[in-house]
Amino acid sequence: MTALLEVDRLSKAFGGVRAVQDVSFAVNPGELLALIGPNGAGKTTCFNMLMGQIRPDHGAILLKGRDIAGLPPHRIWRLGVGRTFQITATFSSMTVRENVQMALISHRNAGRRLWRPAAGTETAQADALLDRVGMAEQGDRACSVLAYGDLKRVELAIALANDPDLLLMDEPTAGMAPRERIELMRLADEIVAERKIGVLFTEHDMDVVFAHAHRIMVLNRGELIAEGTPEAVRANEQVREIYLGSSVEAGQA
Amino acid sequence: MGEFIVTLLTGLSSAAALFLVASGLSIIFGVTRIVNFAHGSFYMLGAYIGVTAVTAVGGGAVGFWVAILLAAVAVGLIGVAMEILLLRRIYRAPELFQLIATFGVILVIQDVTLWIWGSEDLVGPRAPGFTGAVTILGQRLPEYDLVLIAVSPLVLAGLWLLFNRTRWGTLVRAATLDRQMVSALGVNQRWLFTGVLFLGSALAGLGGAIQLPKGGADLLMDFNIIAAAFVVVVVGGMGSIGGAFLAAILIGLLQTFGIQIFPNSTLILMFLVMAVVLIFRPWGLLGKPEIPGHGVVEAPEAPLRPAGRGLRLAGALVLAVLLLLPVAHLAVPAAVDDFLLVLVIDIMIFVLFAAALHFIMGPGGMVSFGHAAFFGGGAYAAALLVKFAEAPMEIAFWAAPAGAALLAILFGWFCVRLTGVYFAMLTLAFAQIAWSIVFQWGEVTGGDDGILGTWPSDWASSRIAYYYMTVGFVVAGLLALRRMLFAPFGYTLRAGRDSPLRAAAIGIDIKRHQWIAFTISGAFAGLAGALFVYSKGSVFPTEMEIARSFDALLMVLLGGVHSLTGPIVGATALTWLNDLFSELSYWRFLLGATIIALVLLLPDGLAGLGDTWLARRLGLAAPASGSGANGQETPA
Ligand SMILES: Nc1ncnc2c1ncn2[C@@H]1O[C@H](COP(=O)(O)OP(=O)(O)O)[C@@H](O)[C@H]1O
Ligand SMILES: [Mg+2]
Repeated sequence: MTALLEVDRLSKAFGGVRAVQDVSFAVNPGELLALIGPNGAGKTTCFNMLMGQIRPDHGAILLKGRDIAGLPPHRIWRLGVGRTFQITATFSSMTVRENVQMALISHRNAGRRLWRPAAGTETAQADALLDRVGMAEQGDRACSVLAYGDLKRVELAIALANDPDLLLMDEPTAGMAPRERIELMRLADEIVAERKIGVLFTEHDMDVVFAHAHRIMVLNRGELIAEGTPEAVRANEQVREIYLGSSVEAGQA
Repeated sequence: MGEFIVTLLTGLSSAAALFLVASGLSIIFGVTRIVNFAHGSFYMLGAYIGVTAVTAVGGGAVGFWVAILLAAVAVGLIGVAMEILLLRRIYRAPELFQLIATFGVILVIQDVTLWIWGSEDLVGPRAPGFTGAVTILGQRLPEYDLVLIAVSPLVLAGLWLLFNRTRWGTLVRAATLDRQMVSALGVNQRWLFTGVLFLGSALAGLGGAIQLPKGGADLLMDFNIIAAAFVVVVVGGMGSIGGAFLAAILIGLLQTFGIQIFPNSTLILMFLVMAVVLIFRPWGLLGKPEIPGHGVVEAPEAPLRPAGRGLRLAGALVLAVLLLLPVAHLAVPAAVDDFLLVLVIDIMIFVLFAAALHFIMGPGGMVSFGHAAFFGGGAYAAALLVKFAEAPMEIAFWAAPAGAALLAILFGWFCVRLTGVYFAMLTLAFAQIAWSIVFQWGEVTGGDDGILGTWPSDWASSRIAYYYMTVGFVVAGLLALRRMLFAPFGYTLRAGRDSPLRAAAIGIDIKRHQWIAFTISGAFAGLAGALFVYSKGSVFPTEMEIARSFDALLMVLLGGVHSLTGPIVGATALTWLNDLFSELSYWRFLLGATIIALVLLLPDGLAGLGDTWLARRLGLAAPASGSGANGQETPA
């Protein structure tokens, strides 16, 4: 089976800081892969390179066999990659529904239509997506007034609008209450099972990681130091050291 | 050879004033992020105060230099006054609003200067001890030029010491590099900003005073220097003093040598250099790329809504009044006279122009400082067709929007690569290039004399017929612009403005959409230009000047950038005020003071006034939106 995403020796330095160094891994369809590591380990930088927000210094990124390293984000999106951001990025002058409509309009390549009002287009599908993430009731609210956890869910709905093959989620549950976290991750499980898409996510909550990830990669100071099943990673000495035992122990409970 | 050396030295000496003004501008921008358009006015004040100070102080060589320094300090204090009374209240306002405020200051200073020193040019005092000339290889060079050549490196060294050897200077440098640090300063921030305003303004004042023995003082100095100073700052890199130094010398030499090589295209040269630098090194020779997400976080705009009953009613009412006005004119010519019809035609034309600019400024978040290129460019396209092909109005009229659109396609292709202030500066550069071509290419464009004889066809030649034609085009134009805002294109444009990060991550090619929007905007500005050229029967280079671009900018900002109502209200108010004040002797003062008052009182623009109570009563206003989480735009 060919991997959905194959990353080969991806690297990026900011000035003297080696944010990501020779990172290689693969994501398979239908796989929920976690990328963990302490703050500043380089997780977000990794994501930014995968979707083109940052150009890698070197390394290859093969999406379904095609090298996408260095392409701009809007091209990568059209190849089937969706993303949520650690610090949410939504359209603040639009309602929740319009945010999702926007992604759908873009998906249909209709962004250059000058005449027919946008209001009536793609509403049903936008509502379906919002329903999926539990935001159906809030469709008419302005995005700028939402609670942070709700914004994260809107972001997920937006990221799903183009039926991506690969979904990148950067700390999708940060700022959410424990119950919301469980719900959101259950949704991620469902989507992966249903559509056989690959999901790569970062997460600080080790309970979430060990409960949901099929496979875990550990990044430290830009380098991948461990990779494997949750059990294997839990048993890894180096990983225990980095996390001083605390979080990983908690995950065992 | 001697001639070459003397030209070189003249160029270096003319760089002095340019460097002083530009470095002040750059320092102020670096720390406060305010583009101080009034900086040219400070330069002018430095010259006038210098003349007065030299006379008052007297006392030979020592007295002369003391007077020059006094002038610089006085202008520095004026800068402090502007900071405390005006800028301090609007640091949190959108960048552009600050710009408009400083533009108001220009107008006020112009009239205050006129009032104190009169309209006659003042001859500058000569510098004791440097009144002669030296001879270099048979060519004469004024001794004072050598003084000026020495000034720039001396000031540069002084600034370097200040910024690298004092605590205050270190703070200024840190603040220039990292905006977030500034807000962490708390109380000290005030003094940092006030101090920076003093330093920057004093430098401009010094520039004005020190050039007195060469240039004297006149009322056009402010605009003459500000364009060149902007070029220097942008070419050198905003916030970089070393860059300003380099660029001032570059531009100074370009001007002195340019006059000898291309006597008719000196203006074009300067802006051409700026355009080339911006295209290849958008952040200037020695500047650093702007880190996104460090600007002021603006309150989010409310979602678009279809027009409510109140807005429809108001629109219908305005339209009815517009349609009935000529009838009233025929019925009671004494009350509704010909002048009123002309005024309303003017207002309508500028409403369309402002709305065209708003199309990229509001939904697109792109601020053009050079939209007169399309308004005037369109007008010239039509006029040239009349002049050289004797085209009838039915054909030449359409050449205006078409020509403007072509121009916008060309300029836009370069401009949309940049954002924010850099985008604005590049539009300004292109507009100035277009203006210089029209101004200096006399054989074709008539130069300063313009093109005459662009009259409407017979059927539209009566005042009333032309009036109805204008109303028709303007109303249709506004409706079309509005329609596009509500269409997927308008949404996409706003998406790119709200969050470039998210927009790109849902497949939107932001630059392409901005380019299309820029072209559409240019075409509508050109349409306004067409209406203008046929209503006046002529066109002059003034229609493409910076001042014309600023008119449109002011209209949009004063009206409010958040809805299409803004430019309509703003253009109406400003055109009307201009007409009202133009009869008075100190109309610039009045207009400037009005602008400043509006900026201070109505940070959301005139249309924002509507939002506050009138619109709420009519059920028009969108509910106030809370704070959003959309400030940061670094991909995190
Ligand atoms: N745009 C940037 N410029 C400079 N340094 C950066 C930038 N983005 C991230 N870094 C640095 O790279 C390292 C990795 O950061 P990041 O990828 O955000 O880590 P994580 O997401 O794992 O917390 C950090 O040291 C951070 O300071
Ligand atoms: Mg991160």
